[in-house]
Order: sequence, then C-alpha cells, then structure tokens
Amino acid sequence: MSAGLIKSLKEIPKEELLAPGHRLCAGCGIPQLVRMVLKAVKGPKVIVNATGCLEVATTIFPYSSWRVPWVHNAFENAASTASGIEAAFAILEKKRGIKKPKVIAFGGDGGTFDIGLQALSGALERGHDMIYICYDNEAYMNTGIQRSSATPLGAATTTSPAGRVIPGKQERKKDLIGIAIAHGVKYAATMNPAYPVDMYNKIVKAASVRGPTVLHYFSPCPTGWRADPAKSITIARLAVQTRIWPLYEYENGKYKINVMVKKPKPVEEYLKLQGRFKHLFKPENKWLIEEIKREVEERWNQLLKLASM
Amino acid sequence: MRGKRVGMRGNAAVAYAVKQAEVDVIAAYPITPQTIIVEVLSEYVNNGELNAAFIPVESEHSALSACVGASLAGARVFTATASQGLALMYEILWIASALRTTIVMALANRALSAPINIHCSHDDAYAARDTGWIQFFAENVQEAYDLTLQAFKVSEDKRVLLPSIINLDGFILTHSLEGLYVLDDKDVRDFLPPKEPVQPIDPDNPITYGPLDLQDYYIEHKRQQAEAMKNSYGPIKEVFAEYSELAGRKYAPVKTYGIEDAEVAALVLGSSAGTVRYVARKLRKQGKKVGVISLTLYRPFPIDELKKALKGIKVLAVMDRSYSFGSPAAQLFMDVAAALYNDKEKPLLFNVVYGLGGRDLKPEHVVYIFEKAEEVARVGEVRESQIWVGVRD
Amino acid sequence: MSKWRTWRDLPLGCVITGVPTSLEYKTGNWRALRPVLDKDKCISCLMCWVHCPEPAIKRLEDDKVEIDYDYCKGCGICAEVCPVKAITMVMEGEQA
Repeated sequence: MSAGLIKSLKEIPKEELLAPGHRLCAGCGIPQLVRMVLKAVKGPKVIVNATGCLEVATTIFPYSSWRVPWVHNAFENAASTASGIEAAFAILEKKRGIKKPKVIAFGGDGGTFDIGLQALSGALERGHDMIYICYDNEAYMNTGIQRSSATPLGAATTTSPAGRVIPGKQERKKDLIGIAIAHGVKYAATMNPAYPVDMYNKIVKAASVRGPTVLHYFSPCPTGWRADPAKSITIARLAVQTRIWPLYEYENGKYKINVMVKKPKPVEEYLKLQGRFKHLFKPENKWLIEEIKREVEERWNQLLKLASM
Repeated sequence: MRGKRVGMRGNAAVAYAVKQAEVDVIAAYPITPQTIIVEVLSEYVNNGELNAAFIPVESEHSALSACVGASLAGARVFTATASQGLALMYEILWIASALRTTIVMALANRALSAPINIHCSHDDAYAARDTGWIQFFAENVQEAYDLTLQAFKVSEDKRVLLPSIINLDGFILTHSLEGLYVLDDKDVRDFLPPKEPVQPIDPDNPITYGPLDLQDYYIEHKRQQAEAMKNSYGPIKEVFAEYSELAGRKYAPVKTYGIEDAEVAALVLGSSAGTVRYVARKLRKQGKKVGVISLTLYRPFPIDELKKALKGIKVLAVMDRSYSFGSPAAQLFMDVAAALYNDKEKPLLFNVVYGLGGRDLKPEHVVYIFEKAEEVARVGEVRESQIWVGVRD
Repeated sequence: MSKWRTWRDLPLGCVITGVPTSLEYKTGNWRALRPVLDKDKCISCLMCWVHCPEPAIKRLEDDKVEIDYDYCKGCGICAEVCPVKAITMVMEGEQA
C-alpha cells in the first residue's frame, strides 16, 4: 500500500479540481480537505455530497465549483446515494464495459454522526467500494451552529448554549472511527489540516482499498467556533498537540497513532482561542474543563492500549 | 393475445416483468404486501437469471436514495414499496422527479397507519400525487405485468425522463393468483432495448446534479418540470398504442364500459373496477343505463380523455379508496372536480369513500352507489356530496 | 447567468453544466484584509498554497506562488502559516 504515498508538500499534485468562487467562509477548513481529496484520489471520480456547508456553498445555482461529477440528493443519504451509484457502475462495467469511477461521499458531522448514521451503517455493512469522508466542524454549522453528537463536551452552540444552569454541551463526542471499525471496514483514519502530508497519504491509502473506508477530518470553523479565521491551522495543530484530536489510523485490524504526542500542550491553550469555550473560563465552570481533560486522557489511554495490541 | 398463458400472483408477475426488462439495479426494502416482489427478484439475481445489482438497503429512504444515484449513473432501476415505506421515502420522491431520474416503482397499495393496517387503500398512491411521478393503476395481474414493462419504456423515453409508479392493490392483486399472458423474452427485448441514459454521471463530462436554488431560480426550475410532466402525456399514449399492438391487449389512459348510452356512471381506480363493472353489467341487463370509467393513467391526469368519456353523463359517482381529512372531498374527487369545474357541460358529482384498510367492496355496495347516482339524476341536484359505503354505522 | 434566464433556457433536471461556473463569482470583494507577498522572502515551501481554502494561491512552475486577488477572501491563514513571514495582511485600500 505504499504506492503513491508522499513525504513532502512538493509532491502534492498541482491540479486543482475544486474551483474558487464558492461561498465557504473565509478561513473554513473544508475546502482544504476537498482540494486534497481530489488530488490524492487518482483517476475518474464522482462525488456524493450530503446537504450541509460544503454542498450549499459550492453549488448555488448557476454556480458550481466542482470540476468532477457531483451529486447532491438530500441530507441523510449521502452514503445510500453513493451506494446506488457504486452498485450501478459495478454492474454497468460488467454488463457494458463502462468504466467505474471511484465513489467519494462527503458529509458533515450532522449528515454523518446524526441524521446520516443509518445510511452510513447500511453502506458499510453492504461493503460498497467507496470512501466516506466526514468533515467535522463539530456542529450543524450550515443551519446556524446547532449541536450535533460530534460537538465536543463543554462547547456552546445555539442548542447547547452556555447558560446559567447548563453551561454548554454536557454529552461526550460520538466515536465515529469506532463505529466504522465495528462495521468491519479495512481502513479508517482521522485527519487534520495542520498535517497535510499525513492527510494526503491517508486518502491515498483509503482510495486503494476495494471496499468501504471512513475518514474523519477535523474541520476548523471560524464562524461557528467564534475564532480568528487566520488561526484555523493553528487551532487544528493545537487540537492534535493537546491530544484532543488524536491522529491515528486503523488498517487491517491494526491501530497506529500517527502523531505520538509525548508531552501534550495544556487543553486551555486550545480552548482559549475559541469563543465557543469562553464560558468555561468562568470560575463556576472550571469543573467542566477538568471533565474535558479527563475525557481527553481517557480516550488517549484507550487509544494507546488499542495501538499496542 | 400474444404470449404464453400462465398463472401468477401479482407480485410474481411484476417481478417477472422486471426480470424480462433486464434491469441493472434493484434497491428495495421489504414491506407487506410487496415483500414477495423483492424476494423473487433476489432469487432471480442469486440464481443468475437476472444480471442485476440487488442492493439490500436498510430502509425505504435509502432504497429510493440508492435508486436516484443508480439512475443518475445511467442504470435501469427498479424499486417497490407500500404505505409506510412510501411515506418514509417521501422526501426523495420529489427529488427523484426533479432530478429527472427514470426509476420505475411498483407500489403495492396499502393503508397508512395508524392504526397499522396491511391491507388495501390508495393512501400511498395519493400521497405521491403531487410529487412529479407518472402514475399507472393496474386493475388485474395482467395489467400489473403489462404496465411494469410499459413504465420502463415511458420513463426512459427521452421526451419524458420522469420516474413512474405502477399501483397494484395490496393483497387483492399482489397476492391473488390470476391467469395472464406473458410475452416472450425476445418480444420484451425488442419492445424495451437497454436504457440510453441522458446526461449520466460521466467523469469525462462532469455535471453538477442537485444544486441549491435561491429565490431567483427555483420557480423557473419547477415551471420546467411542470412542462415535462405535461409533455409526457403524448409519449405515454404512444407507448400504450405500441404495446397494445404488440400484445394484442388494449391500453389507454381511460377505460370505459357502457358509457355510450349511460346516464349515470362510477369512476374508480384499481381492482375494484372489476367489481363495479360486474354490477354494471347486471344492472344494464335490467335496462338501467349505467356506465363505468376507470383510469389506467392517473398522473398526468388524463383530463381530455376523461371529459370525452363523460360526454352525456348526467351524474358521476367518484369512488375514492382513501380519505383526505379536512379536505372538501377525497383525493380523486378533487382531481375530477378541478378538471371539470370551468366546463359548461359537466356531470353532477358526488364522492364515495370505500374499501379503506382492505374493507371489501361488495356488489351490493356498488348497487347502492348506482342507486344513489340515479337518485341524484332524478332530483337534479346533489344533496349528499360525500357518502361512505361498507362502514358499520 | 444571462444564458439561463427563462425556464425554457434551463438545463434539464436542475443540473449545472459547463462547470466550474463558480469562477464567474469573484469572492475577492469579500475581504477586508489583503495578503501581500514579499517574493524575495518566499522560500517556496508551499505552506500557503496547501492551506489556502479557496484556493486563491496559484502554485507556479518553480514552486513560487502567486495570490489570486479575484478570489482571496482575506482569511489570513497564508500569513499565519508562512514560516518566514513573507506574507503580511494589510487593510484593503491601504498600501503595503
């Protein structure tokens, strides 16, 4: 599986298949993902996109930013629409020799973790040959920053506001990679824009698998996280360096931590750059920061255990 | 009559037609009373009798979503559902027609919950009536078979490019064993060559399917879609004519019996047409001038053909196997009334609600309906605009 | 898009053809801050090119870069990630 992997930014292909002129926010983490995916997956491809930031901002009629075939159906069915496309091309290739493009599905955390989870589960179980990529900006951003099951503990959103009685989201983030692995996928990985070479290589690996793969991308959202757009990559890097967003991959039964964070940066450094965590710094909410730290350590240790097996 | 004489249940006949049509992709979720269609098709595929991709989706919503994807990829696509399943895939129905997919769906008409009921009502057929799908109604197993084949040809016609539904009454047709003629594989292949997709997914010719419209384009897109539905009428009649020629069985948007001299008539959809015609025949022998009209094509609504059939009819009993709570009338009545309203010459109309949840339409009910119609004709006005038959009152 | 004005002009099935048509929508007028590149300081590391969202940074033949002001939204990521601080963000309308 080492064919096509790179070691430096210079090896990233030049061709841009996502055109500018889209309406994604300044500093948005999504287009960097899309650009990378379209470069790392070679050959003919078709994109299936769930309703959400990426879909809306890149295809406001009559403007489209996509230089590849691109399908939008509805919010919760990116995975099932992709299943239909994949199965159709597989049979048309058999029956009439039509070349099968690689099927790539994009969904936000809303369209993946919540409303789209059933469709994803079905697609993974049936073993369709597709790459499912979740761009996780940690809330339903397109509709105005409502919480999702991917919103991290303590974050303020419009439906988990930092109130006097309940200070932000009290539930933990769902484990998407764990869910994917439970379905028996051969490859799954987390990705982060601050680690572009790692990201590129993971996409290449996922694309080389015949079957379903799941990639989970940390997508900074300056608008929803109330952060400085210029600091998107800084925040992304801190997410990894505080162990909040571990960079790891699961390949044929083995877990591998790609960025071993020996001395994690304090979680506060990550939190203080984002307005959605501002309320945590009030003295009465300090306990929630401790909860967050506990959860981060718990997940990290769990991951270490899995990676050592 | 062309073809081999066989005995099949409605579900099996539809599945057989789908096999002969050599579909490429089937994505369907089982629901009573359609399950057997799905089961027979997966048997065909697993036995190598049908070279198709069978996607065992995890819900009806995913079924239609997968069908949309497959149709855009250029495949000939089939699905089937009923009642709750149609309700679950409802949002995708609108998307499937707006994206101009050519999906063919068999709809085993079943009542909508609650209470949950697995028997025949036309709730699900009516639920789809605004969504932009072409809709056929089968009266018997022969028609279910024939209409399935014709539906593929209609949907994939380059002047149409709209998905279609074949309605067949749940249990009454899906599970009834009837005699029918099935065409030879070769005849079907000649009638229905492989799909020639229009603007399919093609990396060499990238297209963006399913964009977002703001206020500046949506209504234009819908106007275009409305025109497409209207324009499908001509090609549908052409396919009917071509198939009638091939099979030796006549197909037309509207079926009539006894209307040449009828003064009163009943309008009905689906298998009940058989019962109504049976009673009408008996009444005509007694000298009563009654007629029966049934629709093989429901969407696009065959306004012109219906008006032609209604010439000279004084009273029409519009029979609905469903109910629209809070509406002025049940669904088919509203279609008919809207079609006729502005005409100077039109029959008096009254609505009959019958058969909900599989309640049997008995001959004595039909006699009662015709009696009511004659009473309206005698009095010259409609005093009871809506009656329910077969209800324990 | 004057060529698709009336319902009769629209492509079939609400698709968008002739992609990518978003190139006609110049998002450059979004920005309040403008990135200014000092070409002499640039070491061709490509960090700005990789991280630019739009993308509004062109990668040239020799791995030098060029900012596309037609689409640059002024997010400031390029200035932030540049390891040699070759890019500075300046208020639109002001000189560098």
